[in-house]
Amino acid sequence: MSFIDPHIHVASRTSDDLATMARMGCVAVAEPAFWMGYDRSGVNSFHDYFRQLTEWEPKRCANFGIAHHAWMGVNAKEAENVGFAREVIAELPAFLKRPNVLGIGEIGLHKGTPNEVATLEALVDLALSSGEQMLFHTPHLEDKYKGTRMILDLLAGEPRVDPSRVCIDHCEEHTIRLALDAGCWAGITLYPTTKATPDRAVDMIERFGPERVMVNSSADWGPSNPLAVPDFIVAMRRRGHSAALVRRVVHDNPLEFMRASRNFRFTPPDES
Amino acid sequence: MPPVPYTAAEAIDREFLACRERLVSLAAALDRIQRGQGSADGNTRWEQLRRAVDLLASRDGDRAERMQMHFSLLYDPRWQIADPS
Repeated sequence: MSFIDPHIHVASRTSDDLATMARMGCVAVAEPAFWMGYDRSGVNSFHDYFRQLTEWEPKRCANFGIAHHAWMGVNAKEAENVGFAREVIAELPAFLKRPNVLGIGEIGLHKGTPNEVATLEALVDLALSSGEQMLFHTPHLEDKYKGTRMILDLLAGEPRVDPSRVCIDHCEEHTIRLALDAGCWAGITLYPTTKATPDRAVDMIERFGPERVMVNSSADWGPSNPLAVPDFIVAMRRRGHSAALVRRVVHDNPLEFMRASRNFRFTPPDES
Repeated sequence: MPPVPYTAAEAIDREFLACRERLVSLAAALDRIQRGQGSADGNTRWEQLRRAVDLLASRDGDRAERMQMHFSLLYDPRWQIADPS
């Protein structure tokens, strides 16, 4: 079955991973800008990373027949230094014009400090003033519920936000309803230990339905699995769910969400 | 939501061994903590785990969601006010 992984950090994965993903049916990916495991020392480090996501990784994925898209942003873990973050934000408009860029992401909160909030507000303002879609990272573990509520509070207070062009990512059992009730898309990240497992993601589809729900691997440099979406497909089949429902979650939904980005031009192989 | 395409009996058959393994692993981990030198009593994370086990044993549904909330920090809806007091 063809699938789209709407959140994966290809820059942290090998070409062998991409080859295997392609063999498993991956036709497109989206790669949000994120924390590389260490704090960057200057704006130029971000600049080069944004170039990697808009120049090199699209070529590397294309070698395996995978269409690569990217989100540009300043991640929450590097948002604490507001002055530095604003210098990086000033770099973003030029990259938002690049042909594979879907919008501003992944942005959000880590610990929910006032400085993180100030940086997030600047990023949201940039997205809204330039008509970009937004992809939100929500915090880990005990911070997730509080951080998700804070992000949704910020969005609710901003009348320019169109929630149908917003994805609240890394949703779990206690936060997915918040995202969907706000009219946003909900991303479920499939991780080996934290976040959700494929079976728990299927549980959430059974409880909340497939509308505006996507699943992703968020595979990066840590314990993660670039084949997590195929594992979700298997978990859905194992419980007897229809191929149409599975395809909706792993292909049609991410396609619908990504198509709302002004730069999106991808046509799936079975639609061409 | 439409009904799920499986029966409760089928779900038990599919989940039983995995549940058994997780419960035994959980029991062993709790034993391991108690075997450690000194006492875990009074440790807030130990107490949090014990309350989570009580929640697991409840017969109400939505256990996963309630378990997540059990391990979540409190949210203050007045967080945007500089001095909520």
